[in-house]
Amino acid sequence: MEETKKKEETSTHKIGIYLWIWGLLFVLSFFSYMVDWYAFQGLLRWSLILIFMFLKAGLIMAFFMHLFWERYALVNVLLWPMTAIACFIVLMVAEGQYTVFTRLLYFFTGG
Amino acid sequence: MSDVKIEGFELKPGFKGMAEDTGSDQTMFKGVQWGKVMMWIFLLSDTFVFSCFLISYMKGRASTVVDWPNTSEVFSLHVGSVPVPLLLIAIMTFVLITSSGTMALAVKYGYEKNRKMCGWLILATAIGGLTFVGMQVFEWSKLIHEGVRPWENPFGAKQFGSYFFMITGFHGFHVSIGVIFLFIYAYKTFAGHFDKEKRGWFTTMKGGYVEIEILGLYWHFVDLVWVFIFAFFYLW
Repeated sequence: MEETKKKEETSTHKIGIYLWIWGLLFVLSFFSYMVDWYAFQGLLRWSLILIFMFLKAGLIMAFFMHLFWERYALVNVLLWPMTAIACFIVLMVAEGQYTVFTRLLYFFTGG
Repeated sequence: MSDVKIEGFELKPGFKGMAEDTGSDQTMFKGVQWGKVMMWIFLLSDTFVFSCFLISYMKGRASTVVDWPNTSEVFSLHVGSVPVPLLLIAIMTFVLITSSGTMALAVKYGYEKNRKMCGWLILATAIGGLTFVGMQVFEWSKLIHEGVRPWENPFGAKQFGSYFFMITGFHGFHVSIGVIFLFIYAYKTFAGHFDKEKRGWFTTMKGGYVEIEILGLYWHFVDLVWVFIFAFFYLW
């Protein structure tokens, strides 16, 4: 009996941690909505959007999806492929700038 | 979920543990049920699909010479006569987070073998998802009514419509599939399939409450994708 009780404690987590994360997600979503509400512009807007987005994504993955408690073998298999996405973003930013440059050049100045 | 114990074998934590798990015999993912690994691999591939959509949207938006529509105005709702920016989207976000929270609790109560609580929470999650899809239908029909099409729209750059319908449509499709499975799993929970260890689909292995966690992974992923869509498509 003693042993089964102990086993259960290790395999589930206290309800408090879920409620905390839940509350934090609400607060962060509220903040990111406020970014639009107060119509922040420029660098401030983009950095705030990104900060709140990554905080929310991190909390969901770490606690709701239990990655915080998983072994590193699984966590690393899941997270390292994200660097490929980061590379793709960098490439497409460069490509997008080139496309808009050529469009402006040929549409408006005629080359 | 944690503290995996294998008799007569010491599992090391951290990166050393990762190296030993990866180089070991038998399973690489120690103590992770096979279905859960498969769901994670699926979600990883789905991440790439959604990333390609969002990167394509970024590239399209960055390279257009016409002004992008002001999403704050396009997605505003009128309360009385006052336009409130992104009101519906904000409500949708909160609904989805609420359903994510109930799902996380359902997983917890499932592992504690609290059948009724688990079932009700899954049902609550399904209803949250259904509400989300309903609001998305409202949003789509409103925009279509205003003349937004995949090839044109009255607000600005023509690419806006195609990216909007493709990205939110693909996400809405994921939510809809999730809702269907949530209802099925709510039934399975109440019927006691996981207590009886009834086998799942396409397998002869015993079922269990780990299936709720697998379903939960999918549902949290849908919420996760919405976090990125909300940030990049609606707020940016």
